[in-house]
Amino acid sequence: MRQFLTVVAFTLLTIGFFAAYSNYGIPQIEPAPPPKDEKLDLGSMTMDQFVALGERVFSGKGTCTLCHNALGRAPALENITEVASKRLEDPRYEGAAETVEAYLIESLVEPSVFVVTGFGKKGTNDKESPMPDVSGGGIGLSEAEIAAITAYLQDKSGGEITVEIPSGIENKADEETEEGEPREAINDPEALMVKFTCNACHMIDGKGGDAGPNLSRIGAMRDRTYLRRALLDPNADVAKGFEPDTMPPDLGEQMYAAELETLLNFLAGLK
Amino acid sequence: MNGFRPVKIGMTVAIFGLLVSLVSLALPGFEQSAVYAAEPAADAAPSFLYEPAPKLTAADYPTVAGVNSRVVVWVFAQLHLWFAAFVLAVPIFVFIIEVIGMRTRDKRYDDMAYEFIKVSITAYSLTAILGGGLVFSLILFYPHLFTYLSTIFSESMFYYALLFFAESAVLYIYYYGWHWLQGGFKKWVHLTLGLVLNAVGTTLMLLANAWLTFMMSPAGVDAAGVFSGDEWAAVHNFLWNPINLHRFVANIAYGGSIVGAYAAFKFLTAGTRQERAHYDWMGYNANFIAICALLPLPFAGYYLAAEIYAYSQQMGITLMGGIFAWLFIIQAVLIGTLFLSANYYLWCGMGRSDGAKRYTKYIKYIAIVLVGAFLVWFTPHTLVLTNEELKALGGPHHKILGPLGIMPAKNTAVNVMIIFTALSFMFYRRSNKVAVVSWEKAGNAIQVALFSAGLLNIIFLGVYHGYFTNTVYKVAASIPQVLTTLVIIVASITLDSFIYRGAQEVGPLRWGRIPERAQYALFLLAVAFTWLMGLMGYIRSGIRQHWHVVDIMRDASSEAFTPTLGYAANVVSVAAIIFMALVIFIFWIAQVSSAKTLPAGYWKE
Repeated sequence: MRQFLTVVAFTLLTIGFFAAYSNYGIPQIEPAPPPKDEKLDLGSMTMDQFVALGERVFSGKGTCTLCHNALGRAPALENITEVASKRLEDPRYEGAAETVEAYLIESLVEPSVFVVTGFGKKGTNDKESPMPDVSGGGIGLSEAEIAAITAYLQDKSGGEITVEIPSGIENKADEETEEGEPREAINDPEALMVKFTCNACHMIDGKGGDAGPNLSRIGAMRDRTYLRRALLDPNADVAKGFEPDTMPPDLGEQMYAAELETLLNFLAGLK
Repeated sequence: MNGFRPVKIGMTVAIFGLLVSLVSLALPGFEQSAVYAAEPAADAAPSFLYEPAPKLTAADYPTVAGVNSRVVVWVFAQLHLWFAAFVLAVPIFVFIIEVIGMRTRDKRYDDMAYEFIKVSITAYSLTAILGGGLVFSLILFYPHLFTYLSTIFSESMFYYALLFFAESAVLYIYYYGWHWLQGGFKKWVHLTLGLVLNAVGTTLMLLANAWLTFMMSPAGVDAAGVFSGDEWAAVHNFLWNPINLHRFVANIAYGGSIVGAYAAFKFLTAGTRQERAHYDWMGYNANFIAICALLPLPFAGYYLAAEIYAYSQQMGITLMGGIFAWLFIIQAVLIGTLFLSANYYLWCGMGRSDGAKRYTKYIKYIAIVLVGAFLVWFTPHTLVLTNEELKALGGPHHKILGPLGIMPAKNTAVNVMIIFTALSFMFYRRSNKVAVVSWEKAGNAIQVALFSAGLLNIIFLGVYHGYFTNTVYKVAASIPQVLTTLVIIVASITLDSFIYRGAQEVGPLRWGRIPERAQYALFLLAVAFTWLMGLMGYIRSGIRQHWHVVDIMRDASSEAFTPTLGYAANVVSVAAIIFMALVIFIFWIAQVSSAKTLPAGYWKE
């Protein structure tokens, strides 16, 4: 009986150790909830808002940053406007686009039309891209969202934004907002700070960590455009004395649009 | 009499399983989903039109107050999988041990094989019961998913039910006929039954694998989920074979670890020296089986991960570099536990031989290397740091230690662990032998050169690709590293067998002369394997994220979110405790079945 109980205790202790390590030995990352399509009010959107939408989709629902990031898993897109012009003249290009805008849209929905050397699927001699068609399958971007990403890429690479904000496009999101039971949106900015663990690195009124800038008076020091960019693309402007790649780059993916605005209002009010 | 109870339970559940399958075929919505084309061509074979995958809302998922449907299905699936892995693996090595016994005419092997299969027979009944529970909970909580999968896999599900009957029949004849089918032609008949048992069992696994891999890499359907009618295409989907290979190898390692725990339990509770010797020998063989399958397992796992990446770059990155990345640090702890406990058991086992002293001085170096490799695997790529730490590091990654967090270093670590485990095994084999060939020294020198050159090559490849190539080429080291490891192991063991051909024995191996703590290494192996399988099952299923069938059928239930690692670990732990309790129950039942009570004065004389 003693041996039996020892074996039982040993088994429970071993399992308990594995469970405890998984709970307390590593950071608990809460994965983003299933994506929820935004209801797009395109008619009242300015081009800046449309570009911001593109940025959110790029790093969120579109999952583009999984590969198009600093690690170099997919071609860099910083100078895509300039690069795209050259690709249109490349003898390997077999698509139908004649403008940069058309090329960008084409490469989002037919990525294999032109595969950048070294980035093709293994064994296809750069004839087939590993990138999926963003309008289908698991990503399922609407025409408006693809246009928004195109506008964002043009803006990001310093090119002229030629994309027009679409109108009259049936918004797929309208049909699907009833699907699933995503988490409730949070409208309390302090609860948002807790939910997205902002306090772990940022201090407000003496509370919080010091790995990021102190935000106690951030509203007096920075405007809303800067703050929005800092939330959606933290590496765009890294505050002096702090290191890049510290803040999660996918807050735009994790937050609802309304939550982003709530947080922005809160930060802008810290004076 | 003892054996009839599991037979009855097994047959009852088998009938239930078949009934469930037949009922599912008649479920509302099942037949309606496959309707004849409105106007089939007169001279063409009848063709079916299938409906697209349903688009569900949260209201489409039945709920039971106070019951978390996902956790119920999860726990049933995990328990069923653990038992299924065990009962599919045991007949594989029972067959091999029986063949060894037949060839060597050493009855100990035959007795051991029988004892292994005896342990699995109760587990078989539990496997069926838990499989029934899984089907029931799926139909109850996820009826539309079950209907959709049943539509596509109707034939394979029907054959699965038939094969289950065949498996039951063959297993019971194999087990109950063991002592009857002995000697000469009868033994051949019994061996053939063992082969048939394994063929049927493996086919069952392949069919079940097809259903789950279809959910990860659907085939035979269009973008809307409309089934083409070609079930083979759905079965033979992109990830089917990688999962088949990985599960086949892992099941053997797992089965070995569970019977090793059984032998350890029996060793600890043995009343006589003979019993201790017998169960020590059994534990050694079980551990040997587990290690043999454990060594190629990381390669099978790597192949599976590479194929997941090849199927979908997004899924691959989610697996290795996204939200699941930290899971591989937990995995490192578990793999380290497996390798260290398996090696520790071997080192303790060297005490059975009086000639082991020649090799014990090397053990500490092997231990240091194993712990070092474990620490490399354990090193995460990204750490949560304070600002001061970030400044001190000059960024989120240390310039020298940072690359230890990425694949080239991990691959290097696991290859080194495998090679040194093989070295432990070689020392164990040598411990009771004295070579008699004249070229022993030259042979040893060749082996040292082989190990040294191979390890240098593996480390060079790891360092070069870890520090001096860009992201796209980081994984390029893996295949040459694996090949190097295989060459070292195969060549050195082959050479060893020539060096020790006709070798003298130092003395008789003293089975049973092993410390009790070594038996706990066997328990640790079994528990770590169980928990690791649960964790990896979570990630395999979890990378589908909010999809029942990736890109085809979305999970719209309230439980569609991907849980945190802590949450998943808690579910796996609770399931593992239930499983281990059932396993201990099986051990106890196996012990009870061989106990006899002679109640004095109870029966009429």
